Amino acid sequence: MFSQLLTRSLLLAVMLFARDATAILTIEITQGAEGALPIAVVPFGWTGQTTVPPEDVAEVVTNDLARSGRFKPLPEKDMLARPHQGSEVRFRDWRILGTEGLVVGQVQDRGNGNLEVQFQLFDVFRGEQLIGYSIPTTAAGLRRTAHQISDLIYEALTGERGAFTTRVAYVVASRPGGRENYQLQIADADGFGAQTVLNSNRPIISPAWSPDGNRLAYVSFEEGRPEIYVQDTLSGQRRRLLPAGASSSAPAWSPDGTRLALTSSRGGNPDIYVFELASGQLRRLTQNPAIDTEPAWAPDGRSLVFTSDRGGGPQIYRVAAGGGDPQRVTFEGRYNTRASFSPDGKQLTLVHGENNRYSIGLLEISTGLLQLLTDGALDESPSFAPNGSMIIYATAGHDRGVLAAVSVDGRVRQRLLLQEGDVRDPAWSPFRK
Amino acid sequence: MNNALRILAVVAGLVLLSACGTMGDSKEGDEGAEGAAGGASGSATDQGSAQSSGMQPGGSAVLKVLDDPANILSNQIIYFDFDSSAVKPESMELLSAHATFLAENPGLRIRLEGHADERGSREYNLGLGERRAQSVERIMVLNGAAASQLEPISFGEERPAALGHDESAWWQNRRVELIYPR
Repeated sequence: MFSQLLTRSLLLAVMLFARDATAILTIEITQGAEGALPIAVVPFGWTGQTTVPPEDVAEVVTNDLARSGRFKPLPEKDMLARPHQGSEVRFRDWRILGTEGLVVGQVQDRGNGNLEVQFQLFDVFRGEQLIGYSIPTTAAGLRRTAHQISDLIYEALTGERGAFTTRVAYVVASRPGGRENYQLQIADADGFGAQTVLNSNRPIISPAWSPDGNRLAYVSFEEGRPEIYVQDTLSGQRRRLLPAGASSSAPAWSPDGTRLALTSSRGGNPDIYVFELASGQLRRLTQNPAIDTEPAWAPDGRSLVFTSDRGGGPQIYRVAAGGGDPQRVTFEGRYNTRASFSPDGKQLTLVHGENNRYSIGLLEISTGLLQLLTDGALDESPSFAPNGSMIIYATAGHDRGVLAAVSVDGRVRQRLLLQEGDVRDPAWSPFRK
Repeated sequence: MNNALRILAVVAGLVLLSACGTMGDSKEGDEGAEGAAGGASGSATDQGSAQSSGMQPGGSAVLKVLDDPANILSNQIIYFDFDSSAVKPESMELLSAHATFLAENPGLRIRLEGHADERGSREYNLGLGERRAQSVERIMVLNGAAASQLEPISFGEERPAALGHDESAWWQNRRVELIYPR
């Protein structure tokens, strides 16, 4: 059990062996776990032809819940019993351990590749079932079903929607045989199941999900300059957003999906423009000799924030979607960039630079209070989970860039060490519709 | 004086050479990106070899001067302070020499590739590289180059000249490269 006094780092390194790849997921609890709900996810029972199920459902669920920072899962070795269904549960076994939530379940092989997963969530102190489901799935779909179970548990216990079935887009840079290679990939939110949707020998940056989760906008240098493309994630079809020959970058979808804010230098220096997808019209939003870039829409679509060095160094400004005088939002420190809104619109996550260190910050818009969530040297590209519970970002790993995520209270940090190459520019998908 | 003579000779060479075919910037277009979905290969909509805005032909003779280490024009990179797009005083002479060279070779067109070090956010660094390239463009125009000869482009922090995560690498990456057609 974690002591309230335990504020030093505690490392839980979990080795996960997927069918097709060796993956290491490191969960780092950076502060005391006070406030996190003690929960036990008992290894699921398995009835089938093989000795082990295609996926360790309880392990996937345990890691999901731990990563959120809202839960403190009981290590399996501390469990006094391993029930697989409600009738086998003796609540006393769990009350002794201080466990408040208990998840039991089993996976059954129904033949022809079909599986059925049953699980129940209990309130240990009341001795009551909170939720119970039976979910049909397949061997290939079992991992996703496990994430769905995490979503159901998360929502039952926090009252907020879980984001464990969402995905992350990011870029992997490598140099096979000395040749530059860039891959735009999409993986599950825990880094598994990565698929490459764009392969290029020129840089790719700034992936941005459409609000319906069906398209990605990104910047590709394939024609020798940065230009925005929009790609359908299912069909792979894509198109360049603007006519060839001029640089454009920093695409940001409006919340209704009808417009893209972007950066263009067609006016002589980088300014923010809004491109309307239906009409193809490009409207200038800012006009300043400084660098204006990195636009991000407020969730209500009525305003945007962006980075500008009009005051000397880069700071965040806010402007009405219809245009007007931008107002400065950040005042702490000399370097604040790449802001984006929390789903409720009350906070911004951004990159904050100070004393040559670049970390992820969380700004409370109403108070102007800035909290630093990370202490990395070169952290960048923060992106909120669609439920606002976590922020994924890029950080410098041992010898390459890796993705990391931090809970919005800064308490739990994790690194996703799943791919080869230099991993960067993560963008968290919206909820699946 | 020597240089001026050499440039004159070279300009004469260019006049002759500019009649002979195009070199173009075909390198830019022959590489592409390929979209894919679910493992299936999608098709890229553009290979783009024809659309790049095409450098004017530059004869190898006129450009040879750029490779002469004794000539100031052989230096084609200028460096910047952190988070600054102000051209340093010590870079002015070099930019002036290149501007003069362009003025004397109106058929030449060059790219001004702006870069930034890795610190901070990628898109802001892209803007920084762009502004650095635009600063260089302005100074070269003031020194006699035509704006139509200059194409400012930014690669932000994506193309570092030096790898490494400290100032010994960073200063080399905060730069604008003058890219002549080769």
